[in-house]
Amino acid sequence: MRKADIANEVYEKVGIPKKDASDILELMLDSIKAVLQKGETVKIAGFGNFVVRHKRARKGRNPKTGEEIGITPRKVVTFRPSQVFKRYVNDAQLEEKPAVAEETVEGVDAP
Amino acid sequence: MTKAELIEEVAGKVKGLTKRQTEIIINAILDGVKETLARGDKIEIRGFGSFRLRNRRTREGRNPKTGMTVQVPAKHVPFFKAGKELKELVDR
Repeated sequence: MRKADIANEVYEKVGIPKKDASDILELMLDSIKAVLQKGETVKIAGFGNFVVRHKRARKGRNPKTGEEIGITPRKVVTFRPSQVFKRYVNDAQLEEKPAVAEETVEGVDAP
Repeated sequence: MTKAELIEEVAGKVKGLTKRQTEIIINAILDGVKETLARGDKIEIRGFGSFRLRNRRTREGRNPKTGMTVQVPAKHVPFFKAGKELKELVDR
């Protein structure tokens, strides 16, 4: 899926022209980027948070040559998905799997 | 920035678009991302980043209260990887 595919989905869901959907997606991404550039967090309820994390300097190694190199301190973007998002992807996957008999609860006597 | 602020900002940039309309469109975008991942597909947005699912294997966990060992089932976790442009923008 790329940007155009998302615009197409928006078109199918809400019926606005694909061009408009694409423009709004672009504006949305620009806004998010501008906030992250300032080092601030973007919190999207029901979706997740984009957080800028500060990494300290550390020593790394070139895995090919084994040579030790210094890694400078840096800022990185991480995404923390919301509970809703996490649950959503797992539940949707489960639906495609065959139903599994539920395990019996211990302590229940047979009739 | 919260979702409400994001909606307000985007709405302010498009002539003739109300906040409510913007909210519906942004929700459709976010739902589209979620549905795509739930289907097992990934999303790649140039200059921003990509979303895909990562698998977590079954592991042994412990109930912190009772100390009893429990099996934590395998699951999927949404994962975002920042694109080159975003990475550079943030690290500057």
